[in-house]
Amino acid sequence: MTTRRHLLIASAAVGAAAGLPFTAQSQRNSAIRIGEINSYSTIPQFTLPYRMGWQLAVEEVNAAGGLLGRLVEVVSRDDAGKPEDAIRLATELVSSEKVALLTGTFLSNVGLAVADFALRNRVVFVAAEPLTDALVWEKGNRYTFRLRPSTYMQSAMLVEEAAKLPAKRWAVIAPNYEYGQSAVANFKQLLKAKRPDVEFVAEQWPALGKLEASSTVQAIIAARPDAIFNVTFGADLPRLVREGNLRGLFPRVPVVSLLSGEPEYLDVLKDETPKGWIVTGYPWSQISTPEHSKFFNTYYKRYNDYPRLGSVVGYSTFTAIFEAIRKAKSLDAEQLIGALRGLQWSTPFGPAQFRAVDHQSTMGAYVGKLDVRDGKGVMVDWRYADGAQYLPSPAEATKQRPHEAQK
Amino acid sequence: MDLIVGQLFAGLSYGSTLFLVSAGLTLIFGVTRVVNFAHGSLYMIGAYLAYTITTHWSATPINFFGGLLLAALLVAIVGALIEVVVLRRIYASPEIFQLLATFGVLLIVQDVTLALWGPNELFAPRAPGLRGSVDIAGALVPQYSLFVLLVGPLVYALLWWVINRTRWGVWVRAASQDRETAGALGLNEPWLFTSVFALGAFLAGLAGALQIPRETVNLQMDLAILIEAFVVVVVGGLGSVTGALWAALLIGMLHAFGNWWLPQSTLVLIFLVMSVVLIVRPYGLLGRPITPPVSRLQAHAPFVAPAPIWRAVGAVVLIAAIALPWLIGDYAIVIATEICIAALLAASLHFGMGLGGIVSFGHAAFFGLGAYTVALAIKYIDAPFAMALLMAPIMAGAAALLVGRVVLRSHGVYAAMLTLAFAQILWSTAIQWVDFTGGDNGVLGLWSVLPKVLSSAAAYYIAVLTIVVASLVMLRKMALAPFGFSLRAARDSELRAEAIGIDTHRIRWLAFSVGGAFAGLAGALSAFHKGSVFPTTLSIPVSVDALLMVLIGGVQTLVGPVIGAVAYHVLSTELTRLTDHWRLFLGLAIVLLVVAFPEGIAGFARRRFAKVR
Repeated sequence: MTTRRHLLIASAAVGAAAGLPFTAQSQRNSAIRIGEINSYSTIPQFTLPYRMGWQLAVEEVNAAGGLLGRLVEVVSRDDAGKPEDAIRLATELVSSEKVALLTGTFLSNVGLAVADFALRNRVVFVAAEPLTDALVWEKGNRYTFRLRPSTYMQSAMLVEEAAKLPAKRWAVIAPNYEYGQSAVANFKQLLKAKRPDVEFVAEQWPALGKLEASSTVQAIIAARPDAIFNVTFGADLPRLVREGNLRGLFPRVPVVSLLSGEPEYLDVLKDETPKGWIVTGYPWSQISTPEHSKFFNTYYKRYNDYPRLGSVVGYSTFTAIFEAIRKAKSLDAEQLIGALRGLQWSTPFGPAQFRAVDHQSTMGAYVGKLDVRDGKGVMVDWRYADGAQYLPSPAEATKQRPHEAQK
Repeated sequence: MDLIVGQLFAGLSYGSTLFLVSAGLTLIFGVTRVVNFAHGSLYMIGAYLAYTITTHWSATPINFFGGLLLAALLVAIVGALIEVVVLRRIYASPEIFQLLATFGVLLIVQDVTLALWGPNELFAPRAPGLRGSVDIAGALVPQYSLFVLLVGPLVYALLWWVINRTRWGVWVRAASQDRETAGALGLNEPWLFTSVFALGAFLAGLAGALQIPRETVNLQMDLAILIEAFVVVVVGGLGSVTGALWAALLIGMLHAFGNWWLPQSTLVLIFLVMSVVLIVRPYGLLGRPITPPVSRLQAHAPFVAPAPIWRAVGAVVLIAAIALPWLIGDYAIVIATEICIAALLAASLHFGMGLGGIVSFGHAAFFGLGAYTVALAIKYIDAPFAMALLMAPIMAGAAALLVGRVVLRSHGVYAAMLTLAFAQILWSTAIQWVDFTGGDNGVLGLWSVLPKVLSSAAAYYIAVLTIVVASLVMLRKMALAPFGFSLRAARDSELRAEAIGIDTHRIRWLAFSVGGAFAGLAGALSAFHKGSVFPTTLSIPVSVDALLMVLIGGVQTLVGPVIGAVAYHVLSTELTRLTDHWRLFLGLAIVLLVVAFPEGIAGFARRRFAKVR
């Protein structure tokens, strides 16, 4: 990967010197090329572990002789968090780097932009991390597949736990954009279905990254909720947690919170980790299944660091792609779609499958409670929630997808 | 009651932090006239340094608060270095170039910070000695918030004393009122500028350091605080420390109570309030009219018809551009299409800025409005291609007419900030009104309405090239018509222009609207080119890119924006493609360009080849 980048820089320099800045194409070889795009400069805390994950998968497959008798080569690009840039890079990867398929992306809008590009140009796109439900349902298309459990699935996992709480009066705190809004809509709808007696008494919608912790926490306290549903993450989460701890909101009021158990967030909170929050996440140090132990050990040996959730996502996305290429025995888009639909493969979290009906993988997440051990945040009382249990039935999913996506 | 008290303290505490950042920014502006885009970076460095220092030492109150001070002092040194190494070389250039240079510094700092501290967010422990909360009228207020609340007024009092009661303060006041006279009376300007910059940096660093017990230290905090600080400085009046104090309290209160009453609209609220303040008081709460207006780009020689050789060069370039699809691959065609669109965007900004002296920090508003007009026309009324394309410049032009009415009552940086406010209001609406705009997820599938003949990359490129060249020719004709000359007259000497019967306000207003309409057209072309539209088309980076292209190319020539668009687009896309550290290289390139070519590439070429006429 690094060598390749150096090669590219060298050839670009030669190209620029010759007055031809656009001819920076490296030598063609017979390797299978995969195009990868992600927000490396904008969201490095997630995407760098993610890159380490997929690099490990690529090294493993090449050490085992590659695919279809050819080595695998990844051409990776930074979208700088902009969907417009991602579309340009996708063009570059497909038309001048001649990649067989596209993968990657973290932000929902970047994922949707690349999915739309995939539909227009009839290229397969395996989305790694974007969470928006629209990617496989409302805006789904036949070229796009998605690995991570979606906003809907993770909300459904938490609703199962939330319904067990005695709480009747709920408050929500969510970032004011599509992700926050659809997470709250899913949560309300699913919880009301299980518990018709609940009511939602307060809603706080801070702008993403702009959470004003003291005002938000005070407004929530004033509404006297029995429980809280939290969707904030990133820089907003530690602000909210510390202010809530200082003002005695936590742990008095139980909280269910999306994603907060992922090491990417938990490692930041350290001893401030709010005890008792019910979260989705990844308790990396405590999983002892053979699949995970094998992944954990090779990852640790390779990088001398423990995997984050991003590492698992990167690794699993690429192993799925390799499996699909093996199954298709071809790089043709139609063959790959056929192979990916219903594809079963093994992830560090256990077996998973891309549903044929909506192209969503059944990879799940861990649901548990937060606690503090030795000054660090950990998940306790956790269980693996298999994504397959938290997806709508095939018939319902079909109804949510555009007609053409079903062909 | 306890809720109101609680919110009051929250607002005051946040206002105090905002004041520290803004006081530095406004001081630097008052004395050096530099709009410091790197101010948020200094704040961020302060936070990172404070984290490293305080977590390295044992957690005693003396170590902790001493560590915060030490961090701020180190940031002061960084600020002084920036002034000496970069800014000192370009004080003679138009002020807008100093802005560009500080933007380059911002990019460099982002990458260097990532390299030094790594990608993870850092969360410092609570402040030793101030870990708990106190009960005030029934509301639990964190002790540390109270402490921060007190720092702001304390710093204000110190600043007031220094500025009004010391010799250095006399120099500062003299330089901010009349730099030339002060210089003529023997004031040591370089030393004063460096010391003011260091003080401003110290305050920014202190504000950043003070934040670490409250929130994580992360790589996004520079831009987040920068925008808010700009708002505060402009609302308070540029250069006025007292104004900054009042404005910071106002914005802090708005955050606290706005969050409570209208939790969904805080983003819009701040910019709305800023607009209202500037409409009522065009120079902010306590600002004074700045003479000459801040943004005034120096008067320059009238346009001369290009020598035949340059016409020939232009013709060759055009023929080459038309022949391009037969010479290069699909990706290069996509880049060429983007360059054409970027050139139109830059030229549309240049029309108001270069000719009329109206600097805009929010040109993305019109670009994005054009893109969203196309997207929403297709989504809601099934508009065909030609109709959607036509509607975009009309909508954007109409919006520019409306906004221009308000914006142009102010001058210079104030007007620029009003355009930014308008763009940010549109951006927030696009993100937060999910039902109408599709929110962050954007509007997809616009490519499906492209006529069949335009569906290939090459055909669409030729269409874009035709439209862009026609637009550039129109802009050029207008610039060289009496309209353009009146516009330049209004820019160079408003009084004399008025005296010979030019309605300067009206002519600026028209120019602003023409620029807006063409930016809308560029946005529409981009929407069809990308096939989807997202709120990012309305975001600050688009405005900054447009500004960079104009400045890099050169403000004083008509061909400048086109050259700037080519240079900047190729540079930035190639860098992001080739390296993770594109921000470092782009920032360095910008700083070097500004230092080496203060007139832009085209201006430099014209002077260099002046003999080839």
